[in-house]
Amino acid sequence: MLKLDGVSKVYRVGTFGGKELHAVSNVSFEVPDGEVVSLIGESGSGKTTIGRMILRLTPITSGTISFNGVDISTLQGEALKDYYRQVQGVFQDPFSSYNPIFKADRIFRIVREEFFPGMKDQEWNGKLEDSLKAVGLNPAHVLNKFPHQLSGGQLQRFLIARALLLDIQFLVADEIISMLDASTRIDVLNLLADLKESRGLSILFITHDLSLGYYISEHAVILYRGCVVEMGSTDRLYNTPLHPYTRMLMAAVPRLDKKWEKVEVELRGKQSQITTGCVYYDRCPEAERSADCLTHRPPLVQVEDDHFVACSRYME
Amino acid sequence: MSLQVENLTVYYRTLRGDVQALENATFTIADGEIMGLAGESGCGKTTLGHSLIYLKPPMRFIEGRVTLDNEELPIWDMERMNEFRFKKISIIPQYAMNAMNPTRKIGKMTAEILESRKVSYKATLPELKRRLDLVELSHDVLNMYPIELSGGMKQRMVMVLSTLLNPSLLIADEITSALDVSTQKAVAEMLVGFRDRGFVKSLMVITHDISILYQIADSIMIMYAGQLAEKASTQVIIHNPRHPYTKMLIGSLPKVGVKHSKQRLAGIPGKPPLLLNPPVGCRFRERCPVAFDKCFDVPPFIEIEPGHFVACWKEFESNA
Repeated sequence: MLKLDGVSKVYRVGTFGGKELHAVSNVSFEVPDGEVVSLIGESGSGKTTIGRMILRLTPITSGTISFNGVDISTLQGEALKDYYRQVQGVFQDPFSSYNPIFKADRIFRIVREEFFPGMKDQEWNGKLEDSLKAVGLNPAHVLNKFPHQLSGGQLQRFLIARALLLDIQFLVADEIISMLDASTRIDVLNLLADLKESRGLSILFITHDLSLGYYISEHAVILYRGCVVEMGSTDRLYNTPLHPYTRMLMAAVPRLDKKWEKVEVELRGKQSQITTGCVYYDRCPEAERSADCLTHRPPLVQVEDDHFVACSRYME
Repeated sequence: MSLQVENLTVYYRTLRGDVQALENATFTIADGEIMGLAGESGCGKTTLGHSLIYLKPPMRFIEGRVTLDNEELPIWDMERMNEFRFKKISIIPQYAMNAMNPTRKIGKMTAEILESRKVSYKATLPELKRRLDLVELSHDVLNMYPIELSGGMKQRMVMVLSTLLNPSLLIADEITSALDVSTQKAVAEMLVGFRDRGFVKSLMVITHDISILYQIADSIMIMYAGQLAEKASTQVIIHNPRHPYTKMLIGSLPKVGVKHSKQRLAGIPGKPPLLLNPPVGCRFRERCPVAFDKCFDVPPFIEIEPGHFVACWKEFESNA
């Protein structure tokens, strides 16, 4: 189980690093074993930063991320390598994840050199074949090719296969299908769901697309400007969204079964920085906010079973 | 009829031969119609859009006839098209966010563009300001450099700029795909607003996101590998498609309310053919579950019901 507890990331910006940018503030949630949790947010909400912190590609400013009870920021050397045997990531752009000079299957060779130095050729080839078959690729068709000879969907599956070589328990999937075409993206999504079923893989599915989040996950976390504004089971979030931001988001998603209602989308006031008070204050409808919202940041409170929201209107 | 396209064929010249990106496209867009043009990447939708306004090498005009408001567009002639561009036909390009000159203040750049078309900036200014209000941009942007604006603001600025001379046809190429969900909605609704206010007569919205089209388009045209597959009203395409490709494409889209554990959606097996040497006949043949020997001939794009065009032999057979 992966657990985030009060995780924050602050970047120093400005000419002399005198200003602070709160990319992620005080985020806590957990991903239970064998579950898919969607992390949903618009650009700049900090969703990718969270994924990178879980993978230890970006250091944490404060708070802890623990995996099966162990604080991951303390891991060093062999222990860190062990962590990577269990936790891996796949990213948005499959085309830039490869070095175009080398053949695409070089990514497998690197894994072998790093993690399985003693393994015999035959055993390794069997393992690789199983892994490729698990992601629905025919090894004979895809091995020994350059990245430009493979399609985006194939390259993305390659990266998932690479992660599977390591018997992982946790996968960070950061916008992995937003670059794929409509006819192939659903296959990659189904693949993730199947891996969850067959291997008990836990997945943090980072996306900006709400319908994809609903399709694949039982739980979702909605981020806005680095803060969790609402989280809980996807059914509750989608059917009875409570936070004004989530409600606006649900109303703005283009759907195939329903036309947009006349909800005004506020375009102004998206730029200003907010340090105290509710992060959504300047976009929140006047009628719903109070003077208190500007000074106090509402904590995440439970409103019903499996449904948390951070809005002053639900604080008791 | 606002726009009529007949047998438009456009190839890309490459060292290894012609890429047959657009083959025999025949369709019309009526006055006041918002037509969505959808398909996967590489299906020729952007080629179709660009060929109507700026057919530049390596694009090569093969044949076809395009008329806009009963006037033939010389799309093969870069020079003669200058008379039509911006005034009669305009485009919001895919790279709208980088489309403005970074070394000029936006107001000055606008003035230069207008002068190049012999239109007075001073006389247009009140209308320009009115339109900036419509897209919720402050008048100060005219004194700013493009770098001072956010991506969404630049996009809206380009929208105003492209439609300033009230063109007959506006081509919007993937303008919502780089935007956040909430901005996306606002921009899409602004496009409809432009049509309703008469800034543009008709619109061609190119996108890969069919759910956006469902919200704003009157009709949708689906392309596959350079060929037109189907065109019909939005309701018909979404709820009652006839071409097997459209059916599978619509069926593969996740919707809010559909969960993997309850209803597993299926993708389309295989991948689109390379257009350097495309298969003969219907180009969807190899991925099509209902293909038969007739499909080795190219199916014509036929109106099977009023306003509903399909290019599929199987459909013609069951209809005959």
